[in-house]
Amino acid sequence: MSGEPARDARFDGGRGRWVGASVPRREDPRLLSGRGRFVDDVHLTGMLHAGFVRATVAHAHLTGVDLEATRAVPGVVAAFDAADLDLGDVVALLDRPPEEFTPTTMPVLARDKIRFVGEPVAVVVARDPYAVEDGIEATVVSTDPLPAVVSEQTALAADAPAVHDEAPGNVLLDVTMFDTPGVDEAFAAAAADGIVVDLVTHSARQNALPLETRGVVAAWDDHDDQLHVQICTQVPHQVRTVIAHSMRVPERTVRVTVPDMGGGFGQKCVVGREEIAVAALARRLDAPVKWIEDRREALTAGFLAREQRYRSRAAFDTDGHITALDVDIACDMGAYSCYPFTAGIEPLMAAAEMPSVYRVPAYRVRARALTTNKAPSAPYRGVSRPQYVLAIERVMEHAARLLDLDPVEIRRRNVITEFPWTGINAVTYDPGSYLESLELAETIMRDEGWTALRERALGEGRFVGIGYCCFSERTGYGSEAFAKRKMQVVPGFDISEIRMDTTGAVVVTSGTMNHGQSHETTLAQIVAEKLGIDIAQVKLRQGDTERIAYGWGTFASRSATIGGSAVSLAAGRLGELLCRIAAHLLETRPENVALDGEGGVVQLDDPTQRISFADIADVAYLRAHLLPKEVEPTLSATASFDVPGDGTFSNATHAAVVELDPGTGRVEFLRYACVEDCGVVIHPQVVEGQARGGIAQGIAGALYEQVTYADNGEPSAASFIDYLVPTATEVPDISVDHLETPCATTENGAKGAGEGGTIGAPATVLNAVNDALRHTGVELDDTPVHPQTVLAALDDAATSREEATA
Amino acid sequence: MKPATFRYHRAHDVADAIGMLGELDAAGEDPKLVAGGQSLVPMMNFRLARPSVLIDLGPLRRFPAMTGIGHDDDGALTLGALTTHRVVETSRAELGPGFGVICRAMRWVGHLPIRSRGTVGGSLVHGDATAEWCLLAVLLDAVIIAEGPDSTREIPAAEMFHGFYATAVGPDEVVVAIRFTRPSPRAALTEFARRHGDFALVDTAVSLEGDPARSNGSGPHLAGGRVVLGGIAPTPVRVPEAEEVLAGGVPGPALFADAAAAAAEAIDPPEDPAATARYRRRLTRTLVTRALTEAWGHGDDR
Amino acid sequence: MTSERQLVVLAVNGTEHELLLEPRQILSDVLRHELGLTGTHVGCEHGVCGACTVLVDGEPVRSCLVFAVQAEDAEVRTVESLGEGAELTDLQQAFRAHHGLQCGFCTAGFLMLAEGFLLQEPDAGRDEVREAVSANLCRCTGYQNIVDAVADTAARRRGSPGSSTQEAAP
Repeated sequence: MSGEPARDARFDGGRGRWVGASVPRREDPRLLSGRGRFVDDVHLTGMLHAGFVRATVAHAHLTGVDLEATRAVPGVVAAFDAADLDLGDVVALLDRPPEEFTPTTMPVLARDKIRFVGEPVAVVVARDPYAVEDGIEATVVSTDPLPAVVSEQTALAADAPAVHDEAPGNVLLDVTMFDTPGVDEAFAAAAADGIVVDLVTHSARQNALPLETRGVVAAWDDHDDQLHVQICTQVPHQVRTVIAHSMRVPERTVRVTVPDMGGGFGQKCVVGREEIAVAALARRLDAPVKWIEDRREALTAGFLAREQRYRSRAAFDTDGHITALDVDIACDMGAYSCYPFTAGIEPLMAAAEMPSVYRVPAYRVRARALTTNKAPSAPYRGVSRPQYVLAIERVMEHAARLLDLDPVEIRRRNVITEFPWTGINAVTYDPGSYLESLELAETIMRDEGWTALRERALGEGRFVGIGYCCFSERTGYGSEAFAKRKMQVVPGFDISEIRMDTTGAVVVTSGTMNHGQSHETTLAQIVAEKLGIDIAQVKLRQGDTERIAYGWGTFASRSATIGGSAVSLAAGRLGELLCRIAAHLLETRPENVALDGEGGVVQLDDPTQRISFADIADVAYLRAHLLPKEVEPTLSATASFDVPGDGTFSNATHAAVVELDPGTGRVEFLRYACVEDCGVVIHPQVVEGQARGGIAQGIAGALYEQVTYADNGEPSAASFIDYLVPTATEVPDISVDHLETPCATTENGAKGAGEGGTIGAPATVLNAVNDALRHTGVELDDTPVHPQTVLAALDDAATSREEATA
Repeated sequence: MKPATFRYHRAHDVADAIGMLGELDAAGEDPKLVAGGQSLVPMMNFRLARPSVLIDLGPLRRFPAMTGIGHDDDGALTLGALTTHRVVETSRAELGPGFGVICRAMRWVGHLPIRSRGTVGGSLVHGDATAEWCLLAVLLDAVIIAEGPDSTREIPAAEMFHGFYATAVGPDEVVVAIRFTRPSPRAALTEFARRHGDFALVDTAVSLEGDPARSNGSGPHLAGGRVVLGGIAPTPVRVPEAEEVLAGGVPGPALFADAAAAAAEAIDPPEDPAATARYRRRLTRTLVTRALTEAWGHGDDR
Repeated sequence: MTSERQLVVLAVNGTEHELLLEPRQILSDVLRHELGLTGTHVGCEHGVCGACTVLVDGEPVRSCLVFAVQAEDAEVRTVESLGEGAELTDLQQAFRAHHGLQCGFCTAGFLMLAEGFLLQEPDAGRDEVREAVSANLCRCTGYQNIVDAVADTAARRRGSPGSSTQEAAP
């Protein structure tokens, strides 16, 4: 691609000053001084407040909603049920045949049927949030209860009640993929001469849990003839599309903007029903309306994730090489399919990428999305990868034990080392440092003395284990990769527009959507580097459907890869334009100038001849008669970027040392090391922060967080007393080492860095716990690991030891 | 999540609070006292508690007796009911050598912001079976001093806790102080929760008394010990079976393990989604052992 | 039935405000929506996450667990009181230097927690800081950089900068 103008070195002002430096974050001053603007900070004159009457039963026919008493509550302005609001349903589709995918719809308010505890049934609008709660309390909802579907067993039972009439078997997606030749033969061979591993892994339902709950403020603007929806979402354009569709109005009449956002982690990359209702209310009542989800709603009725079961069978030869993998995956997606990803998001991701970083010669997978009477699922940081990595890493550990191989050694024998590698799953992996990361992690464990401690510990009556996890993560899914998944709405590209003002400062847009990842800093670094200007001269604009032509927002670790490439390309084009004008003004050939890295253009054969961007801008806008004939006034450029092929893979190895408390079963971390490779690092501190924060969420999944449901569909966790979010005393310090395999297909060589930590941590922790339990014969394959399970394993082993010596 | 509506009164003094309780009760209202509010307000935000009137004891903080730390001539320690956990945590010297366990126990009470606001009296009246103050009250033979419309009652800790969040304090009474009558230099409180600062799954408070008469060349002996458990019954409970093991025994790992085993054997803990009965029993054994070991180690603190 | 409003005088960041409030209005809501001090955030309304932490008479307190009427005799300090104008305090600067915030939603709560804690415990070491910091929830950072920022501030205030993450050793 070096021939393309945007990559011409002359239009690249970079001198390595910005990219790669941990510059102070530009968003920090306002966030540190209480001057950020989050959605609940928005106050509009005459603003009303909305809240939702929610189902208290999991599965029922909805027979009546009585809002008479509600409307009589002091302060209540209005109350509506589904029939009153009459909004179009949310529909997310896949282009797959009916035997693979069953379309279902999600009404904005429950209409005839209730499908989970917490489902919105009616909406109450009042003058303040306190009166809203009074109104909700006064509402009488009548139901005719049905048996609840709360597990894979109850969903797939022969006489199971149907959550959706369209899906009588409670299966929304059922795909069998790959089924490459030789699977059965490999298992037969391994049974005769080799080993077969057969195990089931479970992961619990989790909440992505952004600390800022969901929320929205909507107001009609007569001047703009437009509904202005301020919302904390990762996907503003998709929210606009669904609101317009549901309200049956042109998209032009809806503007979605996103203020500061307090995290999302995937939960906010789907379109929620509450925000659609609030948008409709603002139009209907002709008043600004705000809804802020409270924590009880966020825990019970927000989008959840991660409840998956894998049965993994793997064949190995006697040398520890995997020869076949046969997997059955069931993902409990809850009551509804999410827009735009559908209920297929988790099983399709898992099925496509389960072979992970290993050379698997034969592969078969069946993956299903089940629908149950639980809060619906959305993508959550890592999306299935924490689960399939857990499954395949447990496969490796089980095989290592059976073959009496060191856990690092069995990985070394199987890990992909030649790139690009096209796997059995028809995915092409671009270059990474899989083996290098594994070996560096092993070296850290050995050189710091942890390996020796592990050997010593048992003799001292201590239970210390080391766990590894080696994995890669597809980041920057382009349109091609999403199209392979057969989504009817195909995300992928990003568009950026850059404009320089008369002073030489630039505003650059991105269709990505920051919610903690530091885009204001990192994307500005890329632009500053490209144009050779100070970062203070660059302002990023995101999250406004009026300012950004189109965008897919931020998810799937796409911002630095795709969004970063788009801003880089746009900046490069602006640089080219600046050079053309400068050459004209310097009265030299265009080939004889280049960006000088100091905010100007220099004449190559006579460096004393230079012209600053401000002087060029002065001409471009204020003295346009001096412009070359072929150049139009204004300094702006637009570029789009899409990742070709299968995207780019970041990779990492994690290693953790844990010690088990033989009196309580508590898992204590002695050490946690992360060796990661996300290509060219734009901002080391930010990458390390993403890794540490991601690992903390992975530890949460490994040891603490879980939403369970009673047989009647009642969720267990309605408060932070029951939903155990780890604090500073549960999350250890984590070292982060960087390897750098630059990405060949992104503009800056960067790969995604947002999700990796969360992906690797559950398997790392579970493997470490199992290693510490190795003397007990117990193998734990489910997360979260409860201390009582650990203690029972230790106690039972101690008892049998006593019996043996007695 | 917003509290239901209520009316609010600030109490001027204890008599005022008692008077309002009586009047409102007679008028068919459902009044509730609030001190630090660290247990009550979350329940009100969830509308799990919805008093019609809230009587704020906060203004009573200006009376030194309500927040004071004092000692009687007989060695008892008296804490004003409105003393915050944080004040107790930072008043090691004022608590005196017999009550160091109270100071040390405070780090288990929630987190700093909760400790800064929550009060001794509030915690006892709330009556959570795992609350550190409830265990300490039983361990140290506390007397809860409750003023009523006609008289002041002294409620021994042994008679304070009636069941799940139920105490002996009457609806027209105000707890003004707590007197801990049994100094215990060798005492400890420890607990287990999955996260630091959470309500304990199981917690225990223990004390040991050396027997000077029998502590001779053969080493020390115990005159007795006390073992209090939380989280295994609707109220904090003493475990006589464990205390019997301790009485007259030779302090050390073997004795402590035996006492802990006796405690674990004696109880009938509940089974719920948070923990199995087996696990609570097992935690009891561990925690009692650790608490006894720590308590004995505090012998030189005085 | 809404309850009667009553006149409440609140002293916040050195300024007295006369407000007509329902008794049930919690302090966090009043700070944010009556006084416009939106730097204090609300994350759970049941006293666990700590995003709403403010100083009441110098002590860190969950403002979601205090009714505004209860705060009448107290001096309340919010994140808006830190620093002068655009100038960040040493604590705020340390959060920035150590990347102790990502989305920034929990940050005000951590700052006020740390401010109150360091006033009371200026000699705190990294372990004590970690325990204090465990009072609040952060979903982005994994806490390490927050602990570093607070410990570093404590050390600098004692005149001995440079305390940062310690590598574990077996």
